[in-house]
Amino acid sequence: MTAPLLDVLGLTKHFPVMSGVFGRVVGHVQAVDDVSFSVDPGETLGLVGESGSGKTTAGRAILRLIEPTAGQVTFDGTDVTRADADTLRHLRRSMQIVFQDPYSSLNPRLRVLDIVGEALEVHGLTSGAETERRVAELLGRVGLSPSALNRYPHEFSGGQRQRIGVARAIALEPKLVVLDEPVSALDVSIQAQVVNLLLELRREMGLAYLFIAHDLSVVRHLSHRIAVMYLGELVEVATRDRLFSAPAHPYTRALLSAIPVPDPKRRRQRIVLTGDVPSPLNPPAGCRFHTRCPAVMDRCRVEVPPSEEVELGHVVRCFHAEGEQGDDWHRRVSERIERQVAENAAQSPAPAPVSLPDDAGARVEHDVPTPRRRPLPKAARWVLARPLRRRLALAAALLCSFLAGGAFGRVSREREALRELKWLRDEIRERERVTGDLPETLADLGWRLPPMFGGVEATDPWGRAILYRLLPPRGPRFAAPSGDRFEVRSLGRDGVPSHDDLAYRGH
Amino acid sequence: MPDEPLLTIEDLSVTFRTGAGLVRAVDGVTYDLHRGETLAVVGESGCGKSVTALAVLGLLPPHSAEIARGSIRFDGEELVGAVPERLRRLRGNEISMIFQEPMTSLNPVFTIGDQIAEGITLHRGLDAEEARQRACELLELVRIPAPERRLDEYPHQLSGGMRQRVMIAMALACRPQVLIADEPTTALDVTVQAQILELLLELQRQLGMAILLITHDLGVVAETAERVVVMYAGAVVERSTTLPLFERPRHPYTAGLFLSLPRHDRQGRDLKPIEGTVPDPLHQPPGCRFHPRCPFAMPVCREEVPELRERQAPGDPPHLSACFYVDENPDADLVAESLSRETPEPPTASEVVL
Repeated sequence: MTAPLLDVLGLTKHFPVMSGVFGRVVGHVQAVDDVSFSVDPGETLGLVGESGSGKTTAGRAILRLIEPTAGQVTFDGTDVTRADADTLRHLRRSMQIVFQDPYSSLNPRLRVLDIVGEALEVHGLTSGAETERRVAELLGRVGLSPSALNRYPHEFSGGQRQRIGVARAIALEPKLVVLDEPVSALDVSIQAQVVNLLLELRREMGLAYLFIAHDLSVVRHLSHRIAVMYLGELVEVATRDRLFSAPAHPYTRALLSAIPVPDPKRRRQRIVLTGDVPSPLNPPAGCRFHTRCPAVMDRCRVEVPPSEEVELGHVVRCFHAEGEQGDDWHRRVSERIERQVAENAAQSPAPAPVSLPDDAGARVEHDVPTPRRRPLPKAARWVLARPLRRRLALAAALLCSFLAGGAFGRVSREREALRELKWLRDEIRERERVTGDLPETLADLGWRLPPMFGGVEATDPWGRAILYRLLPPRGPRFAAPSGDRFEVRSLGRDGVPSHDDLAYRGH
Repeated sequence: MPDEPLLTIEDLSVTFRTGAGLVRAVDGVTYDLHRGETLAVVGESGCGKSVTALAVLGLLPPHSAEIARGSIRFDGEELVGAVPERLRRLRGNEISMIFQEPMTSLNPVFTIGDQIAEGITLHRGLDAEEARQRACELLELVRIPAPERRLDEYPHQLSGGMRQRVMIAMALACRPQVLIADEPTTALDVTVQAQILELLLELQRQLGMAILLITHDLGVVAETAERVVVMYAGAVVERSTTLPLFERPRHPYTAGLFLSLPRHDRQGRDLKPIEGTVPDPLHQPPGCRFHPRCPFAMPVCREEVPELRERQAPGDPPHLSACFYVDENPDADLVAESLSRETPEPPTASEVVL
């Protein structure tokens, strides 16, 4: 048996939660807690879990894009967690990452040549014309034509951008690529193209992947082994086939049964979990899954279940699997879980069938009052009645007069911008507190940009958010109003914005 | 099947004025929705599925979008060109909509209770106290624990799944006859998605409303819908009951979608994706819009636009598709044949975009 390429032992990442004027630490988000696994050379390990399960944080802590709190990561015999800057730079040649969002992970001001070639030049592998030749070759490898060299990211579709991201990751011929939800932002037909590309590269270059995703059907397609995370902990690790044929942990069972299957003839028993994932700030005591587990027992609420290797390479963290080994273990575990589920169901009767309140007052036919909106002033109505071109001319004239005398306007606008920035920062902190993940883009925060940001907020007629396009590469940074445009970009290291990076840049 | 459909969309075309020119986002779309059924509209981003739904509700952006032609009839009443007051009376009352992003579609500065109650007071004329009572019952209906307390909370205090439940409660407040659900579970985790879908279907059984489910997830379609409409680049390419569509797709695009899905019986092997990318809406290809990516493309596909034609023997539930290849080879097994065919001139990825 060969030594594993990547060995992760007890990896832990806690984010401190600060409060008050002096930034007192009031708690920790336990984003990743005591996670151990390994990846062999050329192997693909799928890391699955729902949002907030810490899978992304785990992936980044392994590459030390964020500093792990505890634990040891060994890559190819070298201790990554204790490596100094030089060693780390050297290591990163062999371990690369592809990010989820193809819109925010490429610098919009760089040409594809510079995006892909940067790493080659930084590591002193190629320079000048040689870099260009090599990048063209890499582009060919990911299915883009060499004419892409001198184009900018905005000229490409989502799938093509993700190909550029992949080209960047494989430029240094790494041994391991961390794929952080590489296809979740893409349409089905494009998703399949990228999956094929990843399979092809794995075959040709012998790459090992750590494939982080929430879409189990894609994970199943690509992975050799699969690790399931819940609320910062690994709950089950098994080979792909065993995980799907003999899932043991109640969470894995529910997760598998929840995937919608594109086959209308199949009607299966779906295990519907109640409730949501609890906050990682105060994870439940005992087994972290006990609040949603249909097979919960009294001891689950108090004791932490041990990891049990039920068969070779199949580890489960559940009391129902405790001490189980040998043939037939899965049947015994399943029976035990089902018995417990039935018992729990008997104790707490199913919720009463839903019913909509009786429509006592039948549909009232009355006029819906027009929303209370003040009628536009006469002047505004006059402007709106002009043709578009006339309106634009008017606006330009207004703008000129505004700029001519507009020092006051600028000050108030900057103050406005500063307020927006603070709001943004608080929002990011809040999100980090709740999920343990730093959001990368404003879209991660779940909202569109406020109207302050002008045209950026619009979605185009096909429902695609233009927002992404105008967002420069690395998440939120806030820049000053220059003219009428606002910019948001990140000064964050390696695509992860930190609070301090969110500085207000004024002109 | 009831004779008169509840909602009929006929030959609908919607155009958008953009800086670069006129874009036809929806082009001659026809489908209908019957009482109590679930109809899924499937397609990739940009295919016009959401725009069609917005047109039904009269929610197209007023200055840039325009219904160029066609008709939308709800319960026999024409909605295209109806006065805004009439549409306002329908929206949230007879026809409601759930949006994809529960975070952005709730107002962050009002409590959940206020937002649910607004529609009830407007449409039903209940006073504030009664409306609050009704809102509380609705939260119970969508299985939100401790509804009394939740009424006074703000959207940011709820998780994604909870917010989507609140959206559903708002949409159901006036017992609509049609519920338009635009990617209702896309932003949610799988286990929460399962909860929400179960809830929607249970409520549908109980209330007898029709659901127009807009989605890109064929798994969700298979598990919920009775009939399916497949859209590509603004047009309907296939329309059928669910089972025949999954068993024997009659359009190469639908077949391509199925082949793009990872399936466990073909694990680890290459998928068969649809080559190329969705055409730029400003420069739609002539003829059949799918022909540049279609493995079955023939010369005629480059020049003429195929019509939706019936593929089923009379008596069976209708199964329509728009494809010249299927016109000529009515018995072709598109899925099996796609596997053995190559796209005529596989466009390199970067040529397509420019």
